[in-house]
Amino acid sequence: MTDESSFLLGRLGWDALPFWDMIQNPTRESIINGIIASGAAGMVVLGALAAAALITWYGKWKVLWCDWLTSVDHKKIGIMFIVIALLMLLRAVIEAAFMRAQQAFGLGGGFLSPEHYGQLFTTHGTIMIFFMAMPFLTGLINFVMPLQIGARDLSFPVLNSVSFGLTAAGAALMMISLVLAPFSTGGWTGYPPFTELQANPGPGVDYWIWGVTLSTLSSTFSGINFAVTIYKKRAPGMTLMRMPLFCWTALCTSILMIFGMPPLTVATGLLALDRYLDFHMFTADLGGNMMNYINLFWAFGHPEVYILILPAFGVFSEVFSTFSGKRLYGYTALVIATMAIAVLSFTVWLHHFFTMGQSAHINAVFGIATMLIGIPTGVKIFDWMLTMYRGRVRLTVPMVYAVGFLILFSIGGLSGIILATPSIDYQIHNSLFLVAHFHNMLIPGLLFGMLAGYTYWFSKAFGFQLDARWGYRAAWSWIVGFMLAFFPLYALGLLGMPRRTVAFFDPVYLPWTIAAGLGALIILYAIVCLMAQLWVSIKRRDALATPGGDPWDGRSLEWDTPSPVPEYNFPVLPQVNSHDAFYRQKCDGAPHESPARYEPITIPKNTAMGVIIGVSGTAVGFGLTWHMWWLALAFSAVALVAMIARGFARNTTWTLDAEAIERQQRAWAHQLEQFEPITRQWEQSEANRGVPVPPNEGAIQ
Amino acid sequence: MTTHTAGASTRHPGLNLGEPHEEAHSANEELVFGFWVFMMSDFIIFGLLFATYVTMLGGTAGGPGPSDLLEMKGAFIETMLLLASSFTFGMASLSLKYHQGTAKLIGWLVVTLLLGLGFLAHELKDFHTMISEGGYPSRSGYLSAFFSLVPLHGLHVAGACLWMLAIFGQMAVHRIDTQVKTGLTRLAILWHFLDIVWIVIFSLVYLGGLT
Repeated sequence: MTDESSFLLGRLGWDALPFWDMIQNPTRESIINGIIASGAAGMVVLGALAAAALITWYGKWKVLWCDWLTSVDHKKIGIMFIVIALLMLLRAVIEAAFMRAQQAFGLGGGFLSPEHYGQLFTTHGTIMIFFMAMPFLTGLINFVMPLQIGARDLSFPVLNSVSFGLTAAGAALMMISLVLAPFSTGGWTGYPPFTELQANPGPGVDYWIWGVTLSTLSSTFSGINFAVTIYKKRAPGMTLMRMPLFCWTALCTSILMIFGMPPLTVATGLLALDRYLDFHMFTADLGGNMMNYINLFWAFGHPEVYILILPAFGVFSEVFSTFSGKRLYGYTALVIATMAIAVLSFTVWLHHFFTMGQSAHINAVFGIATMLIGIPTGVKIFDWMLTMYRGRVRLTVPMVYAVGFLILFSIGGLSGIILATPSIDYQIHNSLFLVAHFHNMLIPGLLFGMLAGYTYWFSKAFGFQLDARWGYRAAWSWIVGFMLAFFPLYALGLLGMPRRTVAFFDPVYLPWTIAAGLGALIILYAIVCLMAQLWVSIKRRDALATPGGDPWDGRSLEWDTPSPVPEYNFPVLPQVNSHDAFYRQKCDGAPHESPARYEPITIPKNTAMGVIIGVSGTAVGFGLTWHMWWLALAFSAVALVAMIARGFARNTTWTLDAEAIERQQRAWAHQLEQFEPITRQWEQSEANRGVPVPPNEGAIQ
Repeated sequence: MTTHTAGASTRHPGLNLGEPHEEAHSANEELVFGFWVFMMSDFIIFGLLFATYVTMLGGTAGGPGPSDLLEMKGAFIETMLLLASSFTFGMASLSLKYHQGTAKLIGWLVVTLLLGLGFLAHELKDFHTMISEGGYPSRSGYLSAFFSLVPLHGLHVAGACLWMLAIFGQMAVHRIDTQVKTGLTRLAILWHFLDIVWIVIFSLVYLGGLT
């Protein structure tokens, strides 16, 4: 860092460029690290330029602005959340591959510098949690939940757009930090005093603070929005106990977001006060107490774990039920288990720091509380297995993810019980055993769930299925790659290898790190398969089209709509009489019943609020990170003025007239008549137009 | 009351606008409920800061502690100002509910705003005194905890004052329409919430620190 700081650029200088160090001190290490970092920065810059060039070439700026960025339609915002999640997944998996490569060559040194390695594991963790997992699940809930409860949108569509803007701003800061480096080396948890000014005066920790804070605010607002929507906007007859299980998990996740995100806001906020205004909340001197940070962080961190996993449980519940052709087994038990997990999640945070000095009694209490969570989770596993039992199970792509999850997640859960025992934890905490454990929960749990959901609902969003062949390749590569990459880490952890280690000197570790490195290659191939799947599916979108809207013989209300879903979701709000509402309609032989009379529908108008808040968030975060105070102040003012001005806005809705709705619905009904209904056996083929054979015939195959 | 527009089962907690405000009421529904949920989330922030403050009481690092810096007189005056402002806001809500005329509504709101600004001015004066006596946040962990908790409440009050000014602006442009009414309902919730937070601050920080 340069010592002098200018008014205009703050402390931003030439040394922020990733190749600067390589030019100034050309050693072998600095050149290798410089090339890798510059390559990454180059990809960000080229990717942004290429995207801009393509949009200009195809003349799509207006479409991007009017149909997407300023849209307040929950489906479009959901899709944009998932786009961010997939892009960030790509980056974070590449980073993971570099880390695995470093450890495969890590005997006696490897090729990455400790700083570079530190930035890699910090960005990998931060991105995977805050900019892959959170946007992915927020996007899925956004897209699916209103459709499943029979609503036209979320309760606060503009706030939803603002939530998206905040997440996008955080993700933008993460990407900018590749070009104008460095990022934090403090891990995704950012423990002080390492992240305090004395140990880390550079901009890295500040990037981390503002990126995470933006994401946290976004999730808090999303949580409020989802919870209020589920409480207030359910269709007539959609009682809580008739909601699809995905909506229950969405509700529990939202409650956890409402109560679990504030501790992180407090933790990062206080750390920022320490760093910017010379407070002593967490410093090692002058009465600061760093244990407060750790308590606050995990008071968020543990509910966060369940924020991440519950929506995946919801997706799997839908997938198991649909592809077993059966009502979900033990629905009530699953609802109670979900709620039990949500409540218990606030009682276990201390198990993240068993070794940090509290008495054995306290450790025992939290260890037992941790093990208790295994009970409702076990109930769920059995319920899913019993849903498959005697069902007509079809091993479609989402089902492959689901079955992989069932087995691998149980293994991860067992290693969690081991870690929950404080006396054992003393031996293996902070080792690769822990890394293996939480990846074992998050990859088969969260990520498989999200990918299953992405495959399952893709056609609902875009009107065509994802190609099954590449889907199978991706799913199996994820399963095999995960096992090869992370099971060796259990062994390494038991052999005593600490996490976050750049290099090691014990040759015993080497075979295991090489095996894990090979696993990482298979995971890279899985990512390639996912990209190929998307590419192939877009190319063959006409052959894979499912405009009928019900490709999987679905059970809940989202399948009652055409694919892609019209902006207003439902021409008239559905009347719900039972669980699995749409399947019941099909059993009664009257799906998609058209009403006697269509009514005009009020739809919220587009607004630039999300974009303004997103751009301001990025600028304020960037300004604070590099000490460009004018930038931070100016854009804080922009955000404030925009919010006040929004209060003056009236006429924020437009009305779609009844004739237009009737026309669209008739066109769809006409289309439906022309399609040949298919049996479940052909659902992943090109014969599938989204119209299944009615259930009473379809069940016999 | 307004059963045919919004059933009693979906009524939001807190002061409802009542029969003459049917349209406003149904617009209120989700908005006000959502705001209550947001308040819950915000309350967690204050709750955690209170807990942190208590754990930092011993972290004075040889510097001034609560009994050296805090003053009951100033805190008492601030408490009275804020409690009075909550009362006057209550009067404003009642005049909105019972159609007592725009002049009365605005009158009570202006009194509320002045009391809020008076609170802020007095609090800033207290902070200034504290800092000049050596009680600045970089001095110790205890003072850091104090200055991360109490001014955050002040910042909320300042935000609420700004919001009230924005609503005055909306009244000037749009008169008292549904959005202004729901805005005032939500602002009232925030205002009373800040009163409750202040009562905890007064009990925990000032009473607790001075006894």
